[in-house]
Amino acid sequence: MKLIRIQAIAKKEMLQIVRDPLSLAMGFMMPVLLLFIFGYAISLDVDDITTIVYDQDRSSMGRQLVADLSASGYFKVVRYAEQEAEIGQYLDAGMARVGLTIPVDFSRDLRAGRVTQLPIVVDGSDSNTATIALGYFAALTELYGRRISPVPEKALIEVRARVWYNPELKSRNFIVPGLIAVIMMVIAALLTSLCIAREWERGTMEQLIATPVKTPELILGKMIPYYVIGMVDMALSIAMATLLFEVPFRGSLLLLTVISTVFLFGGLSFGIIISIITKSQIVSSQISVVATYLPAFLLSGFMFSISNMTRPLQIITHIIPARYFVSILKGLFLKGSAIRILYADALFLLAFGIVTFAVANIKFKKRLG
Amino acid sequence: MTDDQDHIAVKVESLSRKFGDFVAVDRISLEVKKGDIFGFLGPNGAGKSTTIRMLCGLLIPTAGQGTVGGYDINTRSEEIKKIIGYMSQRFSLYDDLTVEENINFFSGIYNVPQARKPARKQWVLEMAGLGDSRSALTRTLPGGYKQRLALGCAILHEPSILFLDEPTSGVDPLSRRGFWKLIYEMSKAGTTVFVTTHYMDEADYCDRLALIYRGSIIAEGTPGELRRKHMTADVLEIETENVVTAMDALGRSGIETAIFGSVLHATVGSAREDIPRLKKLLADAGIEVNRIEKIVPSLEDVFVTLIEQS
Repeated sequence: MKLIRIQAIAKKEMLQIVRDPLSLAMGFMMPVLLLFIFGYAISLDVDDITTIVYDQDRSSMGRQLVADLSASGYFKVVRYAEQEAEIGQYLDAGMARVGLTIPVDFSRDLRAGRVTQLPIVVDGSDSNTATIALGYFAALTELYGRRISPVPEKALIEVRARVWYNPELKSRNFIVPGLIAVIMMVIAALLTSLCIAREWERGTMEQLIATPVKTPELILGKMIPYYVIGMVDMALSIAMATLLFEVPFRGSLLLLTVISTVFLFGGLSFGIIISIITKSQIVSSQISVVATYLPAFLLSGFMFSISNMTRPLQIITHIIPARYFVSILKGLFLKGSAIRILYADALFLLAFGIVTFAVANIKFKKRLG
Repeated sequence: MTDDQDHIAVKVESLSRKFGDFVAVDRISLEVKKGDIFGFLGPNGAGKSTTIRMLCGLLIPTAGQGTVGGYDINTRSEEIKKIIGYMSQRFSLYDDLTVEENINFFSGIYNVPQARKPARKQWVLEMAGLGDSRSALTRTLPGGYKQRLALGCAILHEPSILFLDEPTSGVDPLSRRGFWKLIYEMSKAGTTVFVTTHYMDEADYCDRLALIYRGSIIAEGTPGELRRKHMTADVLEIETENVVTAMDALGRSGIETAIFGSVLHATVGSAREDIPRLKKLLADAGIEVNRIEKIVPSLEDVFVTLIEQS
């Protein structure tokens, strides 16, 4: 391998990228745009659950309960119903997700120390929100019950849970790092997916393969400028995550740089393989998006926990490089993990990079037809 | 290597290439001496490009063997690529790079020694007449200049064998002549040039020629040899106001004719006997003949005859 040839190809490729402002802008705008859209769109946090209250009791104790629910921030009362039928109407129309009825004898029962029932209906069509709403509701009413109970019972066991790494349980904190991994996987493959096909389409490949250039020189040379773009994209993503979404970054930036390099090596090689096989820019870019986006989105554990998947799917996730990068980025962001924790995931990324680079080299033939 | 092979730049034996059922090149054999300009002629689709691509290591032959610069084309194609220059039929430099950037790129790819780079670049710029437009985007250049730049980039590393695939197609006649002058100079400096063309008038620039037709070589030799060997008949040139009517009249009498610009060429057995006969035939048809005489057949006449025979 001759450094001078790699250099010549990298320089040529860089010049061509710079002369094509549209694709250059796309290379930098895509991660920003995707992160912006997905970062805001995907949130698993449940708050301001729209609630309709039918207060039959009309007592101060009932009002106190509703005030407690509202004050928690999880529930937002959108309507005080005049009659029971309204609850059904509001839930049907989607104007409320929770309907709470305070029965006529609510305050009387409580004052007498009797157990009272509190009917609540929840819109189960979004089961995730419904489950969370019920959990919040149970916790809040229990607190309320204890507060107004005339004889405070001392609980024998008190659970004092603490949540590590993401104490506020903000879903954005674990979604954004994973999202960066998914977006970078797509972008890495997309960036290089055009670079071999373009030479075939423009007819410049025939001249190039008639020279003594060696395949690894050609592929490495072509990867270098896209590696630079990929690292800039990575930096932009990290900046957006920490500044815009306020996700804490607790790990080492140096480690992030090293692992991102390993990751990009694989992702860029993957795009090159597709470009080599298809020889067509349009086909290549489409395949590279589909082949990276779907597995990275569904099987990386970025949104859908791998441990909840069926066994065969779990096995498949092991060959999805995004899985390892998601896990590494979550570790770096939230736990500040060091290399001794991340090395196994990093080794998988390295293996993926070596395999894809080797396949790209084998698949590329310095021949026509 | 024997002494004999020392003088051979390209040697090919029963080389074939099929694309599916289509036989593009059918068991051709040829030899090119070092320093020669070897013209590979034939109509479009005859197998010229397929042959040149096999020689340059871009296509694997279906059958047969050959060597370029002593390297086997079946097994040593990467060695061949180091010692040859290749200019493909389609313009294949980067048209979104400038003239100078293209030269720098190919200098790097061909690993031209650092010390020689500036001199080689200057040489190419001067040869191509692009000294003043080194920072022009290649796509903005006129066809003739593009072609010269492509040639320049293919010979930056001073290859000993140069393969040119239809280098002058789509280039105006003046640029074509200039281009052949360059090829001539390189050949004088010792470079072997293997050039394909479908312009028959360019054949006379070559030291040796091979004519390929439908995948097979149907004639080979120096331009003079081809004229003598394959042109036993005489060619008459007829100048008349009514070329088409004259052609019809002669055609009815079974005489082979072809229109060349404003004149008519007729192929006859013997000029001496046939000139009076043709004069009479045309006079009977009421066609006035300004001039009728025997001419030295052009290579185009030779090839038309050869192709009609095959």
